[in-house]
Amino acid sequence: MALPEQKQTATEARLSALSLPEGGCLMAARRAALSRVQTMGLPTRRDEYWKYTRPDTLVDAAVPTAEVFVSDEAPMFDEFDRLKIVFVDGVFDADASDDLTLEGVSVERLVELAAKDIHWATDLYGVLEARGQTPVERPLAALNSAFATDGVAIHVTGKPSKPISFIYKHLDANSDAILHHVVRVDAGAEATILENGPAAARFNHVMEIDIADTGTLHHVRAQGRDHERRAATHVFARLGTESVYKSFTLTVNGVLTRNDQVIEITGDDAVAHVAGACVGDGDFHHDDTVFITHDALNGESRQVFKKVLRNGATGVFQGKILVKEGAQKTDGYQISQSLLLDDDSQFLAKPELEIYADDVACSHGSTSGAIDEEALFYLRSRGVPVGEATDLLTLSFLAEAVEEIEDDAIADAIVNRLEGWMARRR
Amino acid sequence: MLEIKNLHVKLEEEEKQILKGVDLTVEAGKVHAIMGPNGAGKSTLSYVLSGRDGYEVTDGEAVLDGTDLLDAEPEERAAAGLFLAFQYPVEIPGVGNMTFLRTAMNAQRKARGEEELSAGDFLKLVREKAKSLKIDADMLKRPVNVGFSGGEKKRNEILQMAMLEPKMCILDETDSGLDVDAMKLVAEGVNALRDEGRGFLVITHYQRLLDHIKPDVVHIMADGRIVKTGGPELALEVENNGYADILAEVNA
Repeated sequence: MALPEQKQTATEARLSALSLPEGGCLMAARRAALSRVQTMGLPTRRDEYWKYTRPDTLVDAAVPTAEVFVSDEAPMFDEFDRLKIVFVDGVFDADASDDLTLEGVSVERLVELAAKDIHWATDLYGVLEARGQTPVERPLAALNSAFATDGVAIHVTGKPSKPISFIYKHLDANSDAILHHVVRVDAGAEATILENGPAAARFNHVMEIDIADTGTLHHVRAQGRDHERRAATHVFARLGTESVYKSFTLTVNGVLTRNDQVIEITGDDAVAHVAGACVGDGDFHHDDTVFITHDALNGESRQVFKKVLRNGATGVFQGKILVKEGAQKTDGYQISQSLLLDDDSQFLAKPELEIYADDVACSHGSTSGAIDEEALFYLRSRGVPVGEATDLLTLSFLAEAVEEIEDDAIADAIVNRLEGWMARRR
Repeated sequence: MLEIKNLHVKLEEEEKQILKGVDLTVEAGKVHAIMGPNGAGKSTLSYVLSGRDGYEVTDGEAVLDGTDLLDAEPEERAAAGLFLAFQYPVEIPGVGNMTFLRTAMNAQRKARGEEELSAGDFLKLVREKAKSLKIDADMLKRPVNVGFSGGEKKRNEILQMAMLEPKMCILDETDSGLDVDAMKLVAEGVNALRDEGRGFLVITHYQRLLDHIKPDVVHIMADGRIVKTGGPELALEVENNGYADILAEVNA
């Protein structure tokens, strides 16, 4: 079927500005991805899953300028011992990165991989992304698979002693970064992946994660405080039997952030938790689009998303739990909530459940509300000034999401950033 | 210590006068009780004194040790030494009880120009005070009042009072929802805080709390005014005969 003219034109304009990198063993995957983009076309506002978030600036051939932001805070996760992998405006920075060796994990850049033909990675690159195109199309992810200029393949074979930490720096006001990582967690292996930083003026990010039976992956991301940058990120995860994937995303500021997470539970007794906390004001726009598919017995999934919005900020949540036929004893939970600190901000939520099994427990809820006046008075009556009391209640609102982070030190670091954001606005 | 003169209060949202000229003085070291039927304005008095939204003072004044309460923000009133033990303590998920207590204590100290309490000193103090109220470590760690039983919530109020050491304590129906044992525990906590420099205003429907917290003065409040003041024997009279006789006598 031919694409609508406007979509066709926009897609062609973008594609003509890009060229396929030399792919080696990934070339076939890149060509297949390009063909997916051509078939689907890039998103426009008429698309059902882009109703609440304008995709134009993510699609345009021209990159909207984002002045470089200089933070007065120490970089996120700086205090942790970790394996650092640094990208500057989407380009790997070997000098700033650690030597990429760590017991229990192998880390290789895509360019090295392409030359070598590493089977597990070529079997994964673009594969989970392609699977994630149905039933909802995610053309920006296919665009990424085709044109990603850099990225790494992480193979977790044991239990590395420290987190693998991606640091994304933005130093060029017009940078347009397309990064693609693939992660394979072997049976019984366990690792933590951290990601932080704005990456570029515009960032298109894909991470494909394949967790084998009994594997565990913790994934914590921090996006912000660089307000002018734009980002479209996709996580595609596939979970085997008794595997665990737990992710948390902090977003502080940003005129446009779209975080898609597509999770497929294919093995019995697997656990997937995805959580997010975002805080923003003014022209802040933040969109969490989550799709969790249960296709196995006794799976557990949780979606916990909290947004603090003020001064006209916009929050979007599109979350779905799909329980396929035969996925009995599924335990699915989804909550999306916004705390609106004034009358100008808005929260647009589209929670969806689609269930084809008859013995499951799925619940979902979505709320928008202001600060609880009763609680505020209670705190003030104990001597806590109104500003500090509002901050405490804001943290209290976000707590359920932050509690999804298992590591207390990482959770504390996240809370610290949230407190910083509130203190700057008091 | 606390001087309330001719206090008139209406609801902010509607033309409904709740307090119609309350006069009341609580001296340091004394326990005053206010009793009265439902709708007399007892709880409103406690809310207006502590600065809750929704009320409009149309006349009168309330002064605590030289501080004009009615013009001050709730947190300023607290820093000036006023404390309200809530009838329905509020649950605050996600904020640990200890964090809450420490934030409150240090905010008040800061407002008074005093040094903040160190983490170590705070911990020592809170453990000591919690122990006498039979509040265990788990209750201190849990989010404020979340999942607490009625008795635990009230004990937690008294713990806050013990930590903050206010000059003037208002207890709003602290006995409601408590069994006899829980009430005794709460009363013991209050009695331990009785001190020459501290005043108490105990609001209650029933005389039974006053068996445990012995008042110096008892006031009967009805229809927005204090209609009768006496000694502890007045509470017994209410217990024996109800409010009807007293109100009939006042209205006669």
